[in-house]
Amino acid sequence: MLKTIARNLLRGPVTMKGPAPAEDGIEELASRLDRAARTRLGRSLSIREVDAGSCNGCELEIHALNNVIYDLERFGMRFVASPRHADVLMVTGPVTANMRDALFRTWDATPDPKWVVAVGGCALDGGLFKGSYGIVGGVGAVVPVDLHIPGCPPRPIDLLAGLVALVEAAK
Amino acid sequence: MLDHLASIGTRAEAHRPFPRFDLDREAWAALVATLAEKPDWSLVGLWADTGIVHMALREEASDAVAVVSLTCPEGRFPSVGGARPAAIRLERAAQDLFGITAESLVDPRPWLDHDSWPIRLPLSADPPDPLGHPQPYPFLPVEGPGLHQIPVGPVHAGIIEPGHFRFTCNGETVVRLEQRLGYVHKGTEWLMAGRSVAEVAKLSARVSGDSTVAHSLAFARAVESATGAAVPARAVWLRALMAELERLANHLGDIGAICNDAAFAYMLAECGQLREKVLRAADACFGHRLMMDRVIPGGVAVDLAEDGRQVLAGLVADLQAAFPPLIHTYDEKASLQDRTVSTGRVAAELVRRFGAGGHVGRASGRGQDARRNPGYAPYDELEFEVPVFVDGDVNARVWIRIREVKASLGLVRQILGRLPEGPVHAPVPAAAGQGMALVESFRGEIMTWVAVREDGIVTRCHPRDPSWFQWPLLEAAIEGNIVADFPLCNKSFNCSYSGHDL
Repeated sequence: MLKTIARNLLRGPVTMKGPAPAEDGIEELASRLDRAARTRLGRSLSIREVDAGSCNGCELEIHALNNVIYDLERFGMRFVASPRHADVLMVTGPVTANMRDALFRTWDATPDPKWVVAVGGCALDGGLFKGSYGIVGGVGAVVPVDLHIPGCPPRPIDLLAGLVALVEAAK
Repeated sequence: MLDHLASIGTRAEAHRPFPRFDLDREAWAALVATLAEKPDWSLVGLWADTGIVHMALREEASDAVAVVSLTCPEGRFPSVGGARPAAIRLERAAQDLFGITAESLVDPRPWLDHDSWPIRLPLSADPPDPLGHPQPYPFLPVEGPGLHQIPVGPVHAGIIEPGHFRFTCNGETVVRLEQRLGYVHKGTEWLMAGRSVAEVAKLSARVSGDSTVAHSLAFARAVESATGAAVPARAVWLRALMAELERLANHLGDIGAICNDAAFAYMLAECGQLREKVLRAADACFGHRLMMDRVIPGGVAVDLAEDGRQVLAGLVADLQAAFPPLIHTYDEKASLQDRTVSTGRVAAELVRRFGAGGHVGRASGRGQDARRNPGYAPYDELEFEVPVFVDGDVNARVWIRIREVKASLGLVRQILGRLPEGPVHAPVPAAAGQGMALVESFRGEIMTWVAVREDGIVTRCHPRDPSWFQWPLLEAAIEGNIVADFPLCNKSFNCSYSGHDL
């Protein structure tokens, strides 16, 4: 273990360079953020992740954001355990009927100002599960969505680009 | 077992590759009674169709697998849950979706239906009107001096799937854990019925995101059995390659995450890097990090990228160099061992009664692996170890994963060395039939059953995730441990919510 630590220290960081902000993300966000949060958000952001019915594919890639390659925290962003600590709700999945209340209550428990980022194809409009009795639709059917990051699941780099856009738009 | 089933039922036609027997009510009831005397006959699955209930069984000694079916026009059948407790949740699910009731079901509470759907009994022939408002769910009563309850979820503190855990504790010690699942129920089986094979393949890939290759493979093989499709040799080998990459990525991620839950973040950092290497190699070789929608009925959707062999050979070399020092670290750190050794024990007897597989089964002495038994190509031509431990604790489940990582690296190397040339896809013939497949995911055995019409429409598909038989054992594993050890137990199981809730 000490050998590995020494080697890691000598070799330097394995973290990859940050991506450019996604154009779409900025556009989607600009109007809302311009008005409300330009000065408030700064470069620090706490994110609460909520799985509202995903297959867990999106969660795997969101997890990857925390690994040493993507290292989300260097952008001033971190995942927190409680909606009370959160600025952003990152929501995945077609919202299932059985999760509708839990998602709404998590959103309701998040203090203002808050933003909702819907992640993945299902979170937009239900995706492949559209039309099922078991879902109520995309995330927007339950809480207001500020940014959508597409993909099935989106790659970590796409998630990162979306989040960077969120912060840069709020500077 | 097969002789016995043949003597009490009639063999159905066009059910491949395992035989299916139609039983009458008396024969079904007699079979349930027989199960009590035959601990060797394990439950593989139990699912309903309109007016029919099916059950898959395996005889462990001979590894014979068979399906039995009972037509129940009145929607009632003798419950199997008393003889095989693993059937209880499956019976509750069948009751919620089809309105087919297991008589004298040990636990008749609804399971997937939280009273929030716009229809009731969605998969029944004639769904009745929904109830007006959600009913409170009666948790099992626990009484005694000094007991208190801790409700957790459905939204958890980490980046994980939703479910509810009700801990009853005496001080810090967990006296009982009761799970309530179903929060991620998306109506997948309802969506699958009446759609084309291609559409259902896409849904199958999203039954559980971490086992997307394995679930896709189970569906593809079930359809191929039902229709008699022939799969090109190269596709068969590429499927195994993807399945082993999936196993590697998941085990590496989980080993790191388990150690992280024991406050040993170093392992998460190191294993997270290795997992990322596997996902990038998968992306470079097959164009998708999780390899979603790559395995399809008739073969695979994409061939290995041109430089795929070099990428994967490099990956195997990297992992073979980087993994052993991490194992050494895991093994030599007393602070880590202190948390994992003897924590979250599951008795071998329970694992056997529930027919649990994967790392949960193999850590408690049950060495069932679908790649070996009943086995499927190309694994019959490959050499690999199926590790078995007997301690049944978190440490044993970590060690199963460690040994499986090593075995998968060996498999990837063998597959690369022997990968045949040729086409990677052949059309699925237009033929009607019923098919079933058993596939080993990183988590354990997946059973998928499918009925296909001649025009390529799936009339019924039932994927049974290994989690169905592992979730109840987690309730047993935590008993007598402290609350703070629950994350550790839970992560060492890593059951799927989505695969279970469907």
